[in-house]
This record gives sequence, C-alpha cells and structure tokens, in this order.
Amino acid sequence: MTPPDLAVAEKIEGPSGETEELISGSEAIAHACRLADVDVITAYPIRPYDTVMQYVSQMISNGDFDCEFIVAESEHSQFEIVKHASVVGARVFCGSSGVGWFYAFEALAVTAGLRVPMVAMVGNRALDDPGAFGVEHNDALAVRDLGWMLNWVSTAQEALDTALIAYRVAEDKRVSLPCAISCDGAFLTHSQTLVKVPAQETVDSFLPPYDRAEKQLHPDNPITIAPQVNEDWLMEMRRQNDMAMRRARGVIIEAYEDFNAKFGRSGEPFIERYMMDDAEIALVGMGTLAMPVRVAVRKMREQGKKVGFVRVRWFRPFPTIELQDVLGGVHAVGVIDRDYSFGSAFHSGVLATEVRSALYPMESPPKVISFIAGLGGREVSADNVIEMADMAFDAAGGGDINDQDTHWIGVRE
Amino acid sequence: MSTGSVEVVYRGIFQKTLAKNICRGIVLAARKEGKIGIAFGRYGDSPERNGIPAKQFAVVSDNQEELEEHLAKYEPDNNDVTISLDDALCKGVESWAWYGLQPINKLLADGGTLLVTSTQSANKLIKTIHSKKAPYNLAIVKSPASFSGLWVYKDDHTDVRLLGALAKVAPQIVSLESIVAAIVEQWKDDLKVASAKKAYDVVESTPVGADQGNDEVPFSFDLPGWTKMEEGLVIRGMDAKPQDVPGRDGGYVPTRSETFKKFSTRTMRPVINFDTCTKCTLCWLNCPDTCFDITPDGFYDANMEACCGCGVCEAVCPVNECVTMVNEEAFEDHDSQWEMWTKDKKGYLAWLSEKITQRPARSHGFHHVGQYAEEIADDPA
Repeated sequence: MTPPDLAVAEKIEGPSGETEELISGSEAIAHACRLADVDVITAYPIRPYDTVMQYVSQMISNGDFDCEFIVAESEHSQFEIVKHASVVGARVFCGSSGVGWFYAFEALAVTAGLRVPMVAMVGNRALDDPGAFGVEHNDALAVRDLGWMLNWVSTAQEALDTALIAYRVAEDKRVSLPCAISCDGAFLTHSQTLVKVPAQETVDSFLPPYDRAEKQLHPDNPITIAPQVNEDWLMEMRRQNDMAMRRARGVIIEAYEDFNAKFGRSGEPFIERYMMDDAEIALVGMGTLAMPVRVAVRKMREQGKKVGFVRVRWFRPFPTIELQDVLGGVHAVGVIDRDYSFGSAFHSGVLATEVRSALYPMESPPKVISFIAGLGGREVSADNVIEMADMAFDAAGGGDINDQDTHWIGVRE
Repeated sequence: MSTGSVEVVYRGIFQKTLAKNICRGIVLAARKEGKIGIAFGRYGDSPERNGIPAKQFAVVSDNQEELEEHLAKYEPDNNDVTISLDDALCKGVESWAWYGLQPINKLLADGGTLLVTSTQSANKLIKTIHSKKAPYNLAIVKSPASFSGLWVYKDDHTDVRLLGALAKVAPQIVSLESIVAAIVEQWKDDLKVASAKKAYDVVESTPVGADQGNDEVPFSFDLPGWTKMEEGLVIRGMDAKPQDVPGRDGGYVPTRSETFKKFSTRTMRPVINFDTCTKCTLCWLNCPDTCFDITPDGFYDANMEACCGCGVCEAVCPVNECVTMVNEEAFEDHDSQWEMWTKDKKGYLAWLSEKITQRPARSHGFHHVGQYAEEIADDPA
C-alpha cells in the first residue's frame, strides 16, 4: 500500500501556478479559450465538437469565464458572427465537426480571404451520410487550399497548448490568418487524461492582447472591409494571402520557441520525430494515430526492425523542409491517411499526395507507400501498423509491393 | 502489474453520471499513488439512449508507454475488474452500435473480478451470467440499480461504495487509502468516505469456476465486407412471403431482422393476459419498436427479440390487468407468451399471476413518483 502522504493532488499549485486536471481534449480547448480570454464564442451543436460548447458554457455559468456566448441557428451563422466580431476587435473562438463544418463553408472561405484571425476547433468526424460520428480527417482538410492554417494534435495537453499558440500565430500582423485545430473525435474529444493547465499570468506573458490597430472596424476608424472586386484586384489579394501563409512558418517557429521558454514544453513546431535517428523506413500520420503507431514502432524495434514515425503536427503551412530533412535518408515511407481523396494520383489520401509532392524534388527520394486506415472512427491497432510497416520494408527491399497503388488497411473484404 | 483497467457497464443516460464518477474516481485515486491514467466512454454507445447498455473505462498505469497501449482504442480488451451497475446486464450487453450480445464477463481478464450492484444472491446471478473458459470472481455490492447523479435523483453513495469495493477486490489498481484521499478531495464529504470504507469491509466475493454459469451461446453474427454490401447505402426492406404468415394472402408483410435483436437492452418486459385482451390494437399501434406480432387469432404477442422494455404498451392499454411490465430478473427465456397461452391456458394464467405477484422491483425510474425513495428504504444494505 502506498501511504496517502505520497499523494500527488489533483490540483496542486506549482511554482508557476500550474494545476493538473483530469479533462478531455474538448475541455482542454475550453480551458485554452478561458486562458486566452476570448471575447466572443459562437456555438451550434454537432458531435464530437459540441463537448467544447458544453464545457465553455459550464465555465461561464460557474463564473470562471466571461465572454459573449452565442448559440447560433446554424453553423453558417455561427462562423459569420465570429468573423464580424473579429473585425471589430474581439478575440473569437468557434468550432464544428464533419458536415457542420461544411455547412459553414461559405463563411470559412471568406474568413481566410479577409485575413480574419479566427481560431476554430474541428472535432474530426466522418462526413454524413451515413450518420457516423467517428473520426475522419476530410472535414478539416476540405479548407486546405483556402488560407486556413491547419494542425492536428494527439493529446489533450497538446490541444490546450496548441490553441494558445494558434491565437498568437493567427493574430500576428505578419500572418493574420485563421487557424483550425483538429482533434480526433472520440479518441481525443471524449477521453479524459491528466492535463497541466497553466496559470493565467504565464499565458498573459505569452499571448499579447488582440490588437487590430488601423484595421479595426469602428466609427472612429471608418474603413470598409470586403467590398466587391473584379479580375483587376483579386489575383493580387491571393498573392498577399500566399505571402501571409509563407510568413506563418517563421512566426510559428518563434511562437514555439517562446512557448517552450515560458511553459517548459512544446516540442518541435511542425513535426514530431519518433525513433527516426537510424530509421530505415518511416511511417507518417496525423492525430491520435500516433498512439498505436508508437506502440507498434517499439514492438518492431524490439525485433531489431529499424522503423521510425513522423507525426505531422501542422498541415498548413505544410512542413516541406522538415519532411525532406527527416525522410530524405530512409528507403521507404509509409503514409497513413485517415482520409480519402477519391480519384487522386495513385488513389492516395491527401497526406500521402502532399508527402510525395514534397519529396519529389529530392535527388533520390524514398519510395512512398500510401495507406488508408481508420476511417469512420475505426480503431487502428498496433497490428495494423505492423502490417503497414512490413509492406514499407518490403518496398524498401525491392519487394513486389505496388507503390503506385493505395492500400486499404483494416477494411472487411 | 503496472497497468490496470476497469470496465463499467451501465444503463445509458440513467447511469452515465454514476459511471463517469466511478471512472474519474479511479484515475484520480490512482494519481495519489503517482500513477497516470485515462477515463473514457465507448464512443459507439453515443449518443446514449435511455437504458441502452453502455460502457465507460478507467485505465491506470505507472508509465506512459504502457498507458499508450490503451489510448486511441474502442475499449480495453482485458480488464482486471468489470463493474456492472445493473444486474440485469449480467444476462449480456448489447451496445447501441449493434454487434450482438456480449457476455458481461467477455472482456474480463482470467482471474479478474466481476463487481455487480445487486440485491440477488451470487448463486442466482451466476446462473444468468454466460460461462467463461477461465475462473473469475463475482463480488456483489448490495444495492438496486442506482440512478445516483441523474437529474433529481439524490446521491446514494453508489459511486463511492463501488470505489471502496474496488479497492478490496483489486488493490493492485488502487488502495483504499488513495480512494479515501480522492473522495475527500472531490467531494469533501466524510459520510461518503464512511460509505466507501463500509463497502470495502462488507463486499463479498465468490469464486466462479471455469465453465460455470449460463451455457447459452451468445447471439452473434458476421458483418459483411465491402465487396458484399449493397452500394449506395441501401438497406432492403425485410419482406416476408405472405404465404408464410398465417391469415395473410397478399401485400407487403414486414418481417424481422435476423441480426438486429434486443435482449438485455430492456430492463422490463410486458406480460400479457390474453384472456382479458379486447384486441383494441393500441399496444401494437403505439409500440415504438413495432415489437407486437399479430397472431392468427388476432391477438398481439410481444416479440422478445424486438421489445426494448419501454412500457408504452402498459401505459396505453385500456384494460385493467392486461399488460403488466415485469423486471427482466424474473425471466430466463425469450419465448412467445401467446404460444404458451395457446398450448395451456390454465398453466399460462398461473405463470402470469406468479410473474405479477412475485415480481421484483421495477427498474425504470419513471414508473411512479417516489418509487426510488421506496426502493432505497427497502434496501437491506
């Protein structure tokens, strides 16, 4: 028996005022909203995102959080309201899942076009029909070409930390772009783990107040945002958007460095490298897929198989430089997509297509084997991962595995 | 052992808060011993439906790598303890994401403990539980199915009683001292601490041998693959041949799914007095699950592979003493009542009156105001 005086309390005030709480990924996002002192939050229920609005409204009713909380009549209005609130100077938060995110699509497109630094949470969910609640990444990925910054997190802790980083990056004047944080439905949104919740002072030292300065819509600052434009204006606007996304890279690196200094954790900004130092083949994936993959990598390492894992944390801006660096030396790369892109090159998922593209200019690029797994919330087991790694080893060794096709793993024939 | 996992099986919505309190309590108590953990629900059960069997879990470990083996999974497949918050679930668990009847002890590790809240004896319960290839233990916390934490239902300490009992049957997961420390921190209530300690002292555990128990083969089926499913998300209506149905000579005759059945989904079932039935059709018309089969002689026979036990038939029946809801505890089969009545009307009447007069407490909270308070007052523990 362990005497209770060895106890680590649920909430202990550490030297930094940090507390530890048993919370889900959704609740971690709600804490980030509270700590970022968000001014306006809009909500419309769809699972698994809706757990965030439950926790936010609970914090407000408990008196722990003061913000305008508006339950809209649809996702379209939900995203429109925060877009407008943002241009008058409010820090905003929003979120959705699956087809709810798609119902807001028009608003999502203009949010990026108008350079509104909205932070959103996407509780990743399969697209209906059929009405399935499990995780697929196609919902958030649908805005990948529009100027939204996109990242995927793998733990509730990372969800909280990344949301704070997202505000800093999105609102930075060099960027001013919206950012969506993807949390895998169920595995992250509905699972409670121990999370370090930072103190307000630490967050305040990291995250400056939202300041639109001369771009704030106000009677004292008469400006027009979003007038009609024609072919003689739009291409220049798009180019500005492109530059903002290019600048985001440096701003993200800066933010992670500062986060690490203030909070003592953050990791490498764009990717996570797991046992990659001497890896002969690498697996690549996003989100909570990291859990079974890391378990499988350890098992295979015990058998002497030199396999590593690269978790893509930021999908936009895409970590081209990092992936070239980490994957350049391996013989084969197995990309595990929890999404699909029907009719794409080699019938691959979205991530595999992007990874292939990033590695193409290299002098002797590794073979890229594309896998689709875990759709609709299906569990990806460590055995599934070993199966994929073995196929990548086969490709690396010149085996007969077809690297110009995409392999569906864990599907019933 | 450095990783321990606990499965909590409960009635959806009614016992959700209770299950959550237990799972959180386990992780927070284990934290007192420096362990880390995760508390989560089986997502396939959500959104939860009233009374439909659902699950939550707590997994604790002393290191991140071992815990990681249990993250991003549907459910832990080898639990040290399975807690059942309603003893009717000992007959098997049917999730809303339907995949057949899962024995209550299916995910229980060999030598593990099935911890049940029940007012039944261990011997009676074991008869309803599917047999297992390996021995395990059955521990009982004396209590009716609790609604503690549900809306207006008062806290009856079932959560902490189970936490206390857990410390007794699986001290390797969490000690009583840690449970007490977590209760003090969470609820700041000495009475709850006393309840946990009492449950720790009085919980009884009975060894169950290999192959002991109900030898029924639990209902299961194979899911089709992508090459066999109909494309375009089409589900064909189930059309019985009219000639197969007595008294019917044409038209569309719906039949029943061979795979989607309901057994432990319900906590009560209707028993029908065919002698008083006026064939008014109201039960058949109002049943939300279309569970009533029309018999050749025009009666309505509640099909126990389709009934969810909601009690609407009893509520709408205009005849006194025709439809009566009885707790599932009173039944061991799913046979047709009409067939029994047809074969032996006198024998059926005796069976019926025995079921009604001897019936155990009802299991649904909405039956009548004050029922829950009465049940608690009657509870010998």
